Amino acid sequence: MSFGAHLRFLLSGLLLALALAVAAPAGAQQINPTANSVREQQFLDALKQNPSAELRGRISIPDTRAATLERPAGRDWRTFHQGTMVRIGAVAVLGMLVVLTAFYLFRGRIRIEAGPSGQTITRFNGFERFMHWLTAGCFIILALSGLNVTFGKALLLPLIGPQAFTNLSVAAKWSHNFLAWPFMLGVALMFLVWIKDNIPNLGDLRWFLAGGGLIGKGHAPPARRFNGGQKVVFWAVVLGGAALSVSGIYMLYPSFSGGVLDMQFWNVVHGIVSVLMIAVMLAHIYIGSIGMEGAFDAMGSGEVDLNWAKEHHALWVAEEIEKGRAPGATLQPAE
Amino acid sequence: MARMKFLCDADRCIECNACVTACKNENDVPWGINRRRVVTINDGKPGERSVSMACMHCTDAPCAAVCPVDCFYTTADAVVLHNKDLCIGCGYCFYACPFGAPQYPKLSNFGSRGKMDKCTYCAGGPEADLSPAEFQKYGSNRLAEGKLPLCAEMCSTKALLAGDGEIIAQIYKERVVKRGYGSGAWGWQTAYRETIAI
Ligand code: HEM
Ligand code: SF4
Repeated sequence: MSFGAHLRFLLSGLLLALALAVAAPAGAQQINPTANSVREQQFLDALKQNPSAELRGRISIPDTRAATLERPAGRDWRTFHQGTMVRIGAVAVLGMLVVLTAFYLFRGRIRIEAGPSGQTITRFNGFERFMHWLTAGCFIILALSGLNVTFGKALLLPLIGPQAFTNLSVAAKWSHNFLAWPFMLGVALMFLVWIKDNIPNLGDLRWFLAGGGLIGKGHAPPARRFNGGQKVVFWAVVLGGAALSVSGIYMLYPSFSGGVLDMQFWNVVHGIVSVLMIAVMLAHIYIGSIGMEGAFDAMGSGEVDLNWAKEHHALWVAEEIEKGRAPGATLQPAE
Repeated sequence: MARMKFLCDADRCIECNACVTACKNENDVPWGINRRRVVTINDGKPGERSVSMACMHCTDAPCAAVCPVDCFYTTADAVVLHNKDLCIGCGYCFYACPFGAPQYPKLSNFGSRGKMDKCTYCAGGPEADLSPAEFQKYGSNRLAEGKLPLCAEMCSTKALLAGDGEIIAQIYKERVVKRGYGSGAWGWQTAYRETIAI
């Protein structure tokens, strides 16, 4: 190449560079690299259609959970847990206590009308009482340790201080995790042993229509081994216990559920079912203890007074007498 | 006092993961836990962006609201921290957090998550500043030394910004105006209920 050619080449190169430099800003404005990049607002708009949407991407670390960039659904769970759950819980527990207190003041203790007979009849055998108390004992601790999660920081924390409250909550959490299993066993046993006596029938309907003998004076229609109210308790325990077990296991083993959204869902189920069940159980405990004379013996010694049995389970007493399992050969149906 | 925030300029992030590594190293983060991560959205498609994400130190933090033992606290710099001595590892803050920040070391037994761990904004924990106990539980306390979180300080493209919210928003705004585009401050609307108007 001659010197002139060199110069021309250089010059044309320079001109080209200049031309590019002049054109560059215009070019940059035309090619907007973010024209179709997602912005947070687009994602938040999409959430209006599907509030539980997550924004996931790709990550280069092994923990796939970290691939979720944003998951605002936690907001709704927070609102539930800090608001709705606390309200439902307070209404269920306090509401039931108010109802029971009012009932006690209004109706008083339900007596054995004919007075104790002195004779007893076996109502629950040792095994039945064992499974009842196994379930009941676990239930009470599960309920208290669970309610500590919901209400503890509002009620207990200010009283006992942070470190004591943490120690208590750790103990509560361990009890909750471990007693869940004997509780499940107890519910399963009660289901198997008592289901045959707990199939709903027309008699139960009549029993409810008559107010179960609790409201007003008159007698409830005679019941077999379990009356309508007791059947409701049975099914509340079986179905509620099953719901608590399933939802609880999903929370215990995060790997079983599809992710945190599922766990939020199971927590909501667990929370609502547990406080409803606590309300039902408060009523059950009331009527089985101070609410009714003679009732506790059924689960205490297993032997109930014959007159109590006749007043509340006339048909059952008749069946037992027929089978020769009751004292007193004569059958006097309590109406 | 400053209102500390994180801001990731996704148009600058090159997904080098140096922030992730720096964080792990600086804070001796336990095995299996990543206080910071880089997520690439629209991977391989036009408009692909990478965002470095950690705890955003939310305004009215959801984790703190749902904690059953109230183990969270907010520092004067608006950094959301928690007390591991009080944490019972229940997992509720993970349910509530919109960014999946809280994590738990796995313990052998069922139902026993370890004590929660998350980004501390390199601000340690409730122990005495710069004490060995603080380092062992929470990692370093750069804020006490007058420094910013290491992830943002060493970011090679300065995509990840840490500091007072108003100052980093201003830096971001100037960038967007100068270069003519910006894909927005990811997470800000969710964490702080505000966005950067440009
Ligand atoms: C049957 C097996 C059960 C299992 C596996 C189970 C498991 C769990 C788990 C994992 C939690 C999350 C809290 C934490 O980890 O600290 C929880 C919370 C709770 N549980 Fe259970 N539980 C069971 C039964 C019950 C029963 C019988 C009750 C009481 C009636 C109950 C009442 C509660 C309550 C009130 C909460 C707190 C709800 C909240 O505020 O979020 N649970 N349970
Ligand atoms: S990002 Fe998550 S852990 Fe951090 S303050 Fe917000 S809710 Fe809490």
